[in-house]
Amino acid sequence: MTSTLPKALAADPEPAVRVTVGRTFLAMLSREVRVLRKNFVATFVRVLLQPLLFVFVFAYVLPKVGGGAMTGGAGGGTTFSTVLVPGLVGSSIFMQGIMAIVFPLMMELNWQRSITDRALAPLPIPLLAIEKIVAGGLQALIAGLLVFPCVLFVHAGGQGPDVHVSNWPLLIFVCVFGSLLSASGGLLMGTVIDPQKAQMLFGIILMPLSMLGCVYYPWAALEHVRWLQIVSLANPMVFLNEGLRAALTPGVEHMHFYVYGTVILVGTVLMTWLAARKFTQRVLT
Amino acid sequence: MTPTPEIAVKTDDLRKTYAGPKGDVPAVRGIDLDVRRGEFFGLLGPNGAGKSTTIGMLTTLVKPTSGKASVCGFDVVNDAVEVKRRIGMVSQNNTLDSELTAVENLEFRGRFFGLGPRAARRRAEELLELFGLTDRRDGNPFELSGGQAKRLMIGRALVHRPEVLFLDEPTAGLDPQNRVNLWDLLRDLQSQGQTILLTTHYMEEAEVLCDRLAVVDHGEVLARGTVAELKDSAGADTVITVSYDGDVPAKLDGLAARDGISKVEVNGGQVRVFSTAPEGLLGELVSAGAAAGVNVTDASQLRPSLETVFLNLTGRDYRD
Repeated sequence: MTSTLPKALAADPEPAVRVTVGRTFLAMLSREVRVLRKNFVATFVRVLLQPLLFVFVFAYVLPKVGGGAMTGGAGGGTTFSTVLVPGLVGSSIFMQGIMAIVFPLMMELNWQRSITDRALAPLPIPLLAIEKIVAGGLQALIAGLLVFPCVLFVHAGGQGPDVHVSNWPLLIFVCVFGSLLSASGGLLMGTVIDPQKAQMLFGIILMPLSMLGCVYYPWAALEHVRWLQIVSLANPMVFLNEGLRAALTPGVEHMHFYVYGTVILVGTVLMTWLAARKFTQRVLT
Repeated sequence: MTPTPEIAVKTDDLRKTYAGPKGDVPAVRGIDLDVRRGEFFGLLGPNGAGKSTTIGMLTTLVKPTSGKASVCGFDVVNDAVEVKRRIGMVSQNNTLDSELTAVENLEFRGRFFGLGPRAARRRAEELLELFGLTDRRDGNPFELSGGQAKRLMIGRALVHRPEVLFLDEPTAGLDPQNRVNLWDLLRDLQSQGQTILLTTHYMEEAEVLCDRLAVVDHGEVLARGTVAELKDSAGADTVITVSYDGDVPAKLDGLAARDGISKVEVNGGQVRVFSTAPEGLLGELVSAGAAAGVNVTDASQLRPSLETVFLNLTGRDYRD
């Protein structure tokens, strides 16, 4: 390469553009959207496959082959698919919120330490953390929106879910803050977990959270297994699923808003604070 | 906006200590620097000297343990965002965004720094052309050659026209041709008034590029000045080193007192002589060995250079 740089390539003590923190924040979000757009199909096929197969087997195949007695403990003639809709939407939101952040972040923090690229942008590092949470939350929300029609429409005759939204603000609150809660959890995990132990993340954390997150039964149905009902309260996914039950299938027994609403809101704030703090400590040595 | 002073980078007793498993590890031990606007300043030292930690503190990514540092008049700790607005940084590793193409790497850097989408794209295309990377615009940055990736990183650091450009070992790992090309590029940038602070462990690079240098080792500045000043002040004599397979001959004991010899260091079977009048000295050291019945196993004569400056300042080889 010959070096023929024109004048004014370099230093400019009076830049024409006024950089603001808000503008930088939005630019970073648009970078995430660009990356998401590129990987959209691969990302969301993975997100959709599991819930789709689940409703296919449990709401279509099993009722057809004689397993239609499953009600998920909801009782009162409630179909299993009615229990499954909020559970599968909630678990998809929750898992995608974590996955959208945790693995890219492990790469950025460790391999080549490419996080320095973003850390050098004119933005305080805790805001960079919040930007990652918002971007992860957005992916989680999209996951929920895509899974919803799948689990709504895949079922055998007579096995359809009884879904109706009477309180839209509640649904929006649960979806938005549930997405942010899971994304902030993803940021915390991606920051503190050693990438060499990432496999353990699935086996020891995500799998139990998912299986015991009141996806396939409402929390109230656990009154027959009291110890599990109490232990389940340590699982944040439970509150998201219960919130979605209240918003989507109010006929199924669910927790009171004061319980799930408080946990989701306070949990989001606390988890965001903790994750941003740990992330800042990792980025600034 | 606070007026920016003529000193672009200033540090005052800057220190960084890391906590290690066996106690505290001091990486930078009280560095004082002042880099003027438009200057090409070098931090020269061997690996592990504390150069990258220093540049990390100046670019706000490493928190100083104590001391002060400012860039364009803004404190690197208290005004980190203002500092980041005014700097560009090229790190040793390839920190390009692997999720984006080459052109997108530049485009989004522009947008992070306040350019609108169209202006950022225009600037990105302009830089790709200037740096000879147009044919790689849609490629993954990790499929670029080492020299191309480094050029893209420099382009990315310049997208927002920073006041100070930091380069951490920019030519490490590059082949000689790419290294020379990069030197030309950096010289061009400086000729346009770009302030550059570079770290390097290549003496030749520091000598070729830098207006002024600070020689650092073990987290401290050993000497600073222009290359000529360093050679004068740090006693950049010719350095002759001879190793024997036995003790250094006793005949050489009085060597240090002789005119034209500024220092003699004996270490086991090795003698190192710093001299301003080196003519015939190497032969004399070899003959002294023969007379004393010991063989010469190694011998070298280094002309005055930054390497001999380093030898004189630290008493050890640069690559020890």
